[in-house]
Amino acid sequence: MSIFIDKNTKLLVQGITGRDGSFHTKQMIEYGTQVVAGVTPGKGGQKFEGIVPIFNTVEDAVKASGANTSVIYVPPPFAADAIMEAAAAGVQLIVCITEGVPVLDMTKVYPFVKERGVRLLGPNCPGLISPGQSKVGIIPGRICAEGNVGVVSRSGTLTYEIVYQLTRAGIGQTSCVGIGGDPINGTNFIDCLMAFEKDPHTKAVAMMGEIGGTDEQEAAKFIKENMTKPVVGFIAGQTAPPGRRMGHAGAIISGSAGTAAEKIEAFEAAGMGVAKRPIDFVDLIKARLK
Amino acid sequence: MNLHEYQAKEILRRFGVAIPPGEVATTPAQAEALAVKFGTAVMVKAQVHAGGRGKAGGVKFCKTPADAKEKATAILGMKIKGLTVEKVLVTVAADIGSEAYVGIIVDRASKKPVFMVSAAGGIDIEEVAAKTPEKIKYHPVDVRYGLQTYEAMQLGFFLYSDVKLARAAAKVMQQLYAAFIATGCSLAEINPLVVTPQGEILAVDGKMVVDDNELDRRPDIEALRDESSEEQSEVDARKHSLTFIKLEGNVGCVVNGAGLAMATMDLVKYYGGEPANFLDIGGSSNPEKVVNALRIITEDPNVKAILFNIFGGITRTDDVANGIVTATKANPLKVPLVIRLTGTNEELAMKILTENGFSASSDMDEAVRHVVAIVKGEKAA
Repeated sequence: MSIFIDKNTKLLVQGITGRDGSFHTKQMIEYGTQVVAGVTPGKGGQKFEGIVPIFNTVEDAVKASGANTSVIYVPPPFAADAIMEAAAAGVQLIVCITEGVPVLDMTKVYPFVKERGVRLLGPNCPGLISPGQSKVGIIPGRICAEGNVGVVSRSGTLTYEIVYQLTRAGIGQTSCVGIGGDPINGTNFIDCLMAFEKDPHTKAVAMMGEIGGTDEQEAAKFIKENMTKPVVGFIAGQTAPPGRRMGHAGAIISGSAGTAAEKIEAFEAAGMGVAKRPIDFVDLIKARLK
Repeated sequence: MNLHEYQAKEILRRFGVAIPPGEVATTPAQAEALAVKFGTAVMVKAQVHAGGRGKAGGVKFCKTPADAKEKATAILGMKIKGLTVEKVLVTVAADIGSEAYVGIIVDRASKKPVFMVSAAGGIDIEEVAAKTPEKIKYHPVDVRYGLQTYEAMQLGFFLYSDVKLARAAAKVMQQLYAAFIATGCSLAEINPLVVTPQGEILAVDGKMVVDDNELDRRPDIEALRDESSEEQSEVDARKHSLTFIKLEGNVGCVVNGAGLAMATMDLVKYYGGEPANFLDIGGSSNPEKVVNALRIITEDPNVKAILFNIFGGITRTDDVANGIVTATKANPLKVPLVIRLTGTNEELAMKILTENGFSASSDMDEAVRHVVAIVKGEKAA
């Protein structure tokens, strides 16, 4: 089992003929994801790699293919519109990989998707993978393995690092979800934790946060009050100076708020396992799976 | 990107906010001439991207042009939080009756722009929020409708009971909101918003922070960037599409991905070292990026060793290895290099490195311990 995506996920790719879109579409197909349609305005009627039908609009693509999930690889100025187009066309899950979407665009997009009951993951995220079933986004498939640990993270390569260490130690995953590094994103830690709590196959959760905002503190409160499954957490950015954007638009300590120390304190107060180093996840998760 | 006070004020003026006349001077003589031109007492204000300018002595009241010249002489060239003052704003000194705070930030929790207003203006709003939170009114705005008049009036009446003043303040709120949206801000504030003894409303200080993701579509705002007020290595890095932040330590770090870059710095610290920088070479694996990254890091004389930590997903580790070889052939390194790479094309990368006399590890923890031992002199390179 898994969360958000599984072997029945029917995926459409917005920006399928672009540099990133085409590269990752091939990787997703290779992994076994059902890629049922692509969208590139002006290329409707063509086929991607001779297999996947391309449409001019998401509406056309959904009608013809029955896609229930969309992944977005379009450049930042067009990403907000692409998200709204997918939500309006009736897909249930939208995964926006694009980095660099202006935050004011997101203040418009967020209520638009919420009012339609659609789940948005990202933007500025690596997507998600349910090992052995489906991958949507850019997480390398070969570092993952089927198993019973849920992974949720604000980062990309840091997630790969930790998933890789878990896999090497023989600890597989139900799903790995990257929620993205932007200040406003569609899905937060609590949304994922709630889904992992409900998923019967997930036995423990590994969670990677970072500086900026209060998403981790709220997640810690949620874990304490609502979760029966053990959660191990990590916070990146303990050495980050205040007021500087550490790569991710959302990774910034504003004034005295959003520091690693306050997040780690919240984790400890919630009785969570706290990984001080990435490698610590292995032992902390192992101990909780016994 | 931070705007200077004078730039923020120019934008606010364009949206109709009443602001005392002011102009920028880069020499004491210019400051004096401006004071003569305004013909009244002026404020001379340091234009640097740092808070606490007043406390640092960078904001002075000047009664006469001679006084303005003297104060400008002291302020120009002074350092505030490590930044040299290159410009001062000379502005007509306002008569201050009362001071309020009006600001807008993009709030992560509500996912909306949120107004913060307080009658306790003139000081740091974080301090007000911490000590007397009841003195701040928060108001989220649905960007699809914008700030409606009734909302602006609620905020106006929170500041002033007099209807004339409340109306005038409401107008300022709408002007500030329009400027905030049109400029692509993540923060805009007027502090203080002053009521003069004559009952006039004036914005005496303004601050704007623009969302970096907006700059591509707003070349007019990008043009306001003041590179002289930034760390030169950071300007250099940005021109080469690298995200770089200079720090005080001695372990140079080259990493792909922001989260992994932060985690690498943290691990350096965990083992007793100090990172010299944050550097994310990003997802693409153009060897040119590695060359520039190494050049920028080695220009920092504090750096005693360099650590590469690459997790190849989209990034091909053989491209990074080739970048390391090219860069060090062109400019031989004077400090030791510790390389960790794993993932896409790892075997090929290891082969390239070994053939060129480098050794590399595939384990992050081991590599970090190694580089820290080198800078502490516990281990030879």
